[in-house]
Amino acid sequence: MTALLEVEDLRVAYGKIEAVKGISFSVDAGQIVTLIGTNGAGKTTTLRTLSGLIKPRGGQIKFNGKSLKKVPAHDIVALGLAHSPEGRHIFPRMTIEDNLLLGAFLRKDKEGIQQDVQRAYDLFPILGERRKQAAGTLSGGEQQMLAMGRALMSRPKLLMLDEPSMGLSPIMMQKIMATIAELKAQGTTILLVEQNAQAALSLADQGHVMEIGNVVLSGPGRELLVNEDVRKAYLGED
Amino acid sequence: MHELPQQLVNGLLLGSMYGLVAIGYTMVYGIVQLINFAHGEIFMTGGFGALTVWMMLPSGSTMWVALPLMLIGAVFVATTIAVAAERFAYRPLRNAPRLAPLITAIGLSIALQQAVWAWYPGATSSLVFPEIPGGPFHLGSITIQTGDIFLLIAAPISMAFLGFFVKKTRTGRGMQATAQDPDTAKLMGVNTDRIITTAFALGAVFAAVGAVAYGLKYGEVNFKMGFLLGLKAFTAAVLGGIGNIYGAMVGGLVLGLAETLTTVYVAEIPGLEQLGGQSWGNTWAFVLLILVLLFRPQGLLGQRVADRV
Ligand SMILES: Nc1ncnc2c1ncn2[C@@H]1O[C@H](COP(=O)(O)OP(=O)(O)O)[C@@H](O)[C@H]1O
Ligand SMILES: [Mg+2]
Repeated sequence: MTALLEVEDLRVAYGKIEAVKGISFSVDAGQIVTLIGTNGAGKTTTLRTLSGLIKPRGGQIKFNGKSLKKVPAHDIVALGLAHSPEGRHIFPRMTIEDNLLLGAFLRKDKEGIQQDVQRAYDLFPILGERRKQAAGTLSGGEQQMLAMGRALMSRPKLLMLDEPSMGLSPIMMQKIMATIAELKAQGTTILLVEQNAQAALSLADQGHVMEIGNVVLSGPGRELLVNEDVRKAYLGED
Repeated sequence: MHELPQQLVNGLLLGSMYGLVAIGYTMVYGIVQLINFAHGEIFMTGGFGALTVWMMLPSGSTMWVALPLMLIGAVFVATTIAVAAERFAYRPLRNAPRLAPLITAIGLSIALQQAVWAWYPGATSSLVFPEIPGGPFHLGSITIQTGDIFLLIAAPISMAFLGFFVKKTRTGRGMQATAQDPDTAKLMGVNTDRIITTAFALGAVFAAVGAVAYGLKYGEVNFKMGFLLGLKAFTAAVLGGIGNIYGAMVGGLVLGLAETLTTVYVAEIPGLEQLGGQSWGNTWAFVLLILVLLFRPQGLLGQRVADRV
């Protein structure tokens, strides 16, 4: 079986500064794969490149057997790759429902879209209660739910989540992590970027540790969780 | 002649013309943060588009047949120029420093004026625009000039259409998304280049409607007509809160009222007789702009920048 997403020797630069220096990893269907690492390691840059928002300097990105390098950003979601960006980036002056509908922007099946809106409300009931409210009025955790619900509206083959737990209260964070586990149980493939290494590695089939543009360590989530170096650097132990 | 209800109606009619043109400034600004100073000239070319269609029609055509065709001509010319300007003048500068597209817009504005002046037959002076036949209409004590009838009908229809388009259609939602967060809009599958083109085109459509209204109201078109009107429409957009499409209409109406009422009534205030009349009306309109910006920099309907992040 070939991987759903295959990244090979990916290099990304901002001007002269190389932010991603030749990383390789893959994501198999049904898996949760996580990229962890400190601030500035290049995780967000990697996801934004996969989504076509940044053009890579070099390397290969293959999704579902197709190269993404020449595909413009607005055509990528149609291929089945959805991205919930760092900082949530909901559309603040649109209603919650309109935010969700934008997640289904390219879909034409009205009934299916309505079902999926309902599914998002089942997953996150608070969104249903506030469907007509401007999304900017939601709390940080609720905005994160909306960003995830919106990304799911395209029925993606692969869901990319960039720091879904950032800035959330511990309870809210648990709720989000539980939702990620639930999505996996439903068969969604997920590429999860997190600074909360403990939570991410506990969920992940496969983890990759990034440091200043490189992947320095890879392995199954459970193994990285007990790895000495990882515990020291990312789990606050000494 | 100086009764208040009549002046209010005059002001609202004038203001709805400003509002129609203001939509183009505000939509383009809302999406690409560019003040398209050539928009006044796009309005002007719409007027010439309508006139050209009129000249091509057999003489003696009735206005009921001619007017729809003239509108199509105005819309065609204005949108073609607006879309071409976006594609060939502004798009290559999208990532350039802000000043570059601004200077380009001013250059384009002058170029369009001069092109019409030089190449449109007879356009070195004002050209007569056809009239709608029939006398003025009376509603109680209020008189509506025949030339204003078009505005009375077209402005509300245009606004209703715009509200529907932006709120209810897929492209409209893509437009809102692009205005609020272009990168994230792309993640949703919105082709933001196409949305930007649509914003320029739609702005030109409303400017073209405004240009036909202008021709009917004043009975003429000329190559300079986009300058002062463009400036006022831009003022209306800023008054209402630039980036907000309803703000454009509200700003237009407020500006039209302010201009009309000051033109008529300031001279009646003892001691201010010198400061009334049409030329002072313009001045008062801009004084209003300065006052609003002093006390409400985000405009009447605009959000504070902090709310827009
Ligand atoms: N838009 C940008 N322009 C220039 N440098 C950037 C930009 N975005 C990120 N960087 C730099 O690229 C590196 C990787 O950043 P990022 O991908 O955001 O890391 P992470 O998501 O792992 O925290 C950092 O050194 C950061 O300063
Ligand atoms: Mg990041």
